[in-house]
Amino acid sequence: MSSAAPPEALLGDVTRDALAELLLATADDEFVIGFWDSEWTGIAPMLEEDVAMSSIAQDEIGHARALYELLAETTHDDPDRIAFGRPADAFRHAALMNHPRTDWAFTVARRFLYEHADAVRLEALARSSHERLAGLAGKMRREESYHRMHADAWLQRLAEAGGEARKRLTAALQRLWPDADAVFTPLSGEPELLASGVLAEPLAALHGRWRARVRPTLERLSLPVGGDGAPPPDGRTRRTDDFRWLHGEFTMVAGSEEGATW
Amino acid sequence: MVAASVEIRLAAAWNALADVNDPEIPTVSVVDLGVIRTVAFSSDGRTLEIELMPTFVGCPAVDVMRDEITAKLSALGIADEVRVALSFVEAWTSERITARGRERLRRSGFAPPVPQGRIPPDRDPLDELAVLPIASCPYCGSRNTTLENPFGPTLCRAIYYCAACRQPFEQFKTV
Repeated sequence: MSSAAPPEALLGDVTRDALAELLLATADDEFVIGFWDSEWTGIAPMLEEDVAMSSIAQDEIGHARALYELLAETTHDDPDRIAFGRPADAFRHAALMNHPRTDWAFTVARRFLYEHADAVRLEALARSSHERLAGLAGKMRREESYHRMHADAWLQRLAEAGGEARKRLTAALQRLWPDADAVFTPLSGEPELLASGVLAEPLAALHGRWRARVRPTLERLSLPVGGDGAPPPDGRTRRTDDFRWLHGEFTMVAGSEEGATW
Repeated sequence: MVAASVEIRLAAAWNALADVNDPEIPTVSVVDLGVIRTVAFSSDGRTLEIELMPTFVGCPAVDVMRDEITAKLSALGIADEVRVALSFVEAWTSERITARGRERLRRSGFAPPVPQGRIPPDRDPLDELAVLPIASCPYCGSRNTTLENPFGPTLCRAIYYCAACRQPFEQFKTV
């Protein structure tokens, strides 16, 4: 099978470390947003949204699992240990995912900013020289098209509703924009990723494309558009008490009986 | 090791796979679902290697399918070992469901996915997948249907309503 060629046969040590950094950052984004949004199960504003948000969250956690498995093969680790056996400060998700679920408008604002950032990133990863990462990203893109439609539809709905809905949406976008930039915070191994073609384009270029993509929608709805600043250097290392609480929740079962299987 | 030729052993493997069903939609086999990418023997002929393509990356039924495939093929006694590996080398798309699979979906109350040939050539299929409004009612055949929710009870299912026979129904998502 052509897919059986292990990445380590093709990559040097430095590039392998850089690949691990990229996989961890991407997987942690998907994992943490999946856990926050899974909290809507049972309490979303309407039944359809209960089903939709549960399904979206399950997709994201599934994407994280596949990425953790690829990472575990690269670093000879165990995917469950990576997901549930790390301290909170070892997570590398973007600051955008540090915030709690909050209210529906906040969730919609975050999903809108993230879905488009994720789409831009997946397009680049689908062109990766790393065959298996490219294949996985290509598959994830097809599923994410449903998420994007969902986020776009809700952004418009809340913006056009006016009143409290629009007020909360506007405040959430203002609060979240600088942390959404952090999806594109440069990785320390980026030069190696670019040289090896694992990453087809610099994150700075993807950052620009993301802004160009969300701006027309936000302007059409007269919603705030964030500044043109560079992503914060600590965008993937800053952790909050909100995240530490979530980390306690999602590691609770695995942590209660180390090594247990079910 | 059984002395049967590789061709005969592979045919036996495919036959057995036709009896393994999707645990979430038990009338459709993994073969008709198009999730089996390759079935091959290792170069020494001892290991039977299966490439399984999940319909959705996060599909929780994949582990069940994997176990059932391993058990069924191991029971045939045609290989020392059976290995089922997940593959994302190419994306599983709903185009991979066979004509028989589509018909079996329909008979069990699921509208089959929309053929992607209907997406206009000047549009990016990834932008269009999620908004394809067309699904024929699996009960009465009417196309007077509306998409109620692109997300359903499992990752691969969407919820529609038929205005002709006034029935809600599910569609296997176009992806």
